[in-house]
Amino acid sequence: MVGNPNVGKSVVFSRLTGVQVISSNYAGTTVEIMRGALKLGDQEIEVIDLPGTYSLEPSSKAEEVVVSLLNEPAKEEIAVINIVDSTNLERNLYLTLQLLEAGLPVIVCLNMCDEAKHHGVSIEIDKLEKLLGVAVVPTCAITGSGIKTLVEKIKDVKSKPREKPSHRDRWQAIGLIIEQAQRLTHRHHSLREVLEDASVRPFSGALIAIGLMLASFQIVRFIGEGLISRIADPIFLNFYQPLLVKLSSILGEESFLHHLLIGDLINSRIDFKQSLGLLTTAPYIEFAMVLPYIIAFYFVLGLLEDIGILPRLAMLLDNLLHHIGLHGFAIIPVLLGLGCNVPGILATRNLESRRERFIAATLISIGVPCVALQAMIFGLLGKFSGFYVSGVYLVLLVVWVVLGVILNHTVKGYSPELLVEIPPYRLPALSTLGKKLFLRIKGFIIEAAPLVLLGVLVINVLLYFKLFDLFTGLFAPVVNGIFGLPKESVVALVMGLFRKDVAVGMLMPLALSVKQLFIAAVLLAVSFPCAATFFVFFKELGLKDLLKAALIMCLVALVTGTLLNFAIR
Amino acid sequence: MKKISLNQMKGNQKGIILEISGGLGLQNKFMSMGIYKGREITKISHIGLRGPVAIKVGRSVLVLGHGVANKIVIEIHD
Repeated sequence: MVGNPNVGKSVVFSRLTGVQVISSNYAGTTVEIMRGALKLGDQEIEVIDLPGTYSLEPSSKAEEVVVSLLNEPAKEEIAVINIVDSTNLERNLYLTLQLLEAGLPVIVCLNMCDEAKHHGVSIEIDKLEKLLGVAVVPTCAITGSGIKTLVEKIKDVKSKPREKPSHRDRWQAIGLIIEQAQRLTHRHHSLREVLEDASVRPFSGALIAIGLMLASFQIVRFIGEGLISRIADPIFLNFYQPLLVKLSSILGEESFLHHLLIGDLINSRIDFKQSLGLLTTAPYIEFAMVLPYIIAFYFVLGLLEDIGILPRLAMLLDNLLHHIGLHGFAIIPVLLGLGCNVPGILATRNLESRRERFIAATLISIGVPCVALQAMIFGLLGKFSGFYVSGVYLVLLVVWVVLGVILNHTVKGYSPELLVEIPPYRLPALSTLGKKLFLRIKGFIIEAAPLVLLGVLVINVLLYFKLFDLFTGLFAPVVNGIFGLPKESVVALVMGLFRKDVAVGMLMPLALSVKQLFIAAVLLAVSFPCAATFFVFFKELGLKDLLKAALIMCLVALVTGTLLNFAIR
Repeated sequence: MKKISLNQMKGNQKGIILEISGGLGLQNKFMSMGIYKGREITKISHIGLRGPVAIKVGRSVLVLGHGVANKIVIEIHD
């Protein structure tokens, strides 16, 4: 499946294969190749969803992938499903013609037909088929209409080689096709168009963006806190705790198993936040402290993505981001990084140069706290004045900007400029929103739960056999001397390599002062990211860049920790 | 008839692309997005003095950084 960015390839892919993938309303949602299977009669064929591209002359890593994959198999063995946005036929046909010129067997899928109708665009399918020489199938992937016909016609796919003209002549040819196959009816400006227009103008655009960001933050906190106090906490305290109390008395407080599963009793009671057991603190952190915010964050992010806000933010922030060696589009990986650093770093594939990718990935792993870490910071510092929570964000922002400016002046290479398409505002479809949210939550639980359990298990065993003492002693001069933290917090900082949320959890039983909590929270954010982020950083940018970034992380943690310790009274 | 850069155009002004400078990679990218010599475009807005420019080409809205916008020369009617 090949097509321009943001034409709904992933939605069609989901419809064809039943494989659920994330789709949004901005160019560059898909950065990885997705594979699925489609049953055609008694035959099973592999369907491959590729990142969007404007042409077969690639200009980014994501686009390179498309071209190399198209050249790989013999032409007779594949069928190219060219997904085309029918609201913007002219621009999409450029790639279509290139595919035909390359002699590939093509079937054109005219997607978003319903939206085209709203825009007053009507396309004569028969004429278009005749002009292109290949089958054209109108679809609306969101509702699923037309998909059946598309599947039926895949086996009739054929190549219709065209002569390769100069690029300009190709546009001329497209002009002729459009003239014959597309009719436009003039429509009055709708409210949506007025808003679209306002969103890319300096003053009104900034107002809309700031308003939206503030509202988003408030909604995330409102939903997150609501889920915790109304659902998660009552379940844990009223239903789960009585079971654990029984288990605790069966096991006996002094047994090893009790230490492992329940943890320590605080004032001879189970305390979900401080007991540190496999069945107590581990599930409580993941399901009652972090999961509610994961749900809230991804719900709001999904809305922003599907309405089409993100590329507009890219435009408004372009100027500012140039000062840190990036361009406006980098705001999208950063926002995804606020959910989880891993998809954030993956999304840097949309940035054109290696220098940009290095700067963006380093800044994400240092200065962008994932939602799991943020949730724990809310949980930990929220009970003190709001100043401390916002303080953490403020410190991270300063670190982010200072480090960005330094990297911009020191990292070699070039940073290209912003060149991106702004999609129309769209009303999010509940079905895609819901699916996306479900996928992300499922991903979080599958990835986080085993690591959290493993982390708590390892730490518990080490603590029980007092194996940490040697280790903590070794780091005590740094941690205690210059960060002003008790030496036991070394355990938490090490745990940060596993998962940030559990790491913050390890701080809870230590009875730290608010200043110490504040410093520890910032340190956990700016020091090494979790193992998953490390791994994806390595995969995306290689060992050399990872080592460079790791060195930067150590320095940033050291400097920030020291400054905070001596600056705060 | 006047020749100005895309950056110098005013909001809501129409013009025809006269020249595009820049490397082959950029030229190709422009070309594939429908920005080529002889094409009519409408400028929507720009952000700040050295900020990006939003233009309408055909049915798409595209945003170009200040530097790349400078590489496009437009012919406008006074």
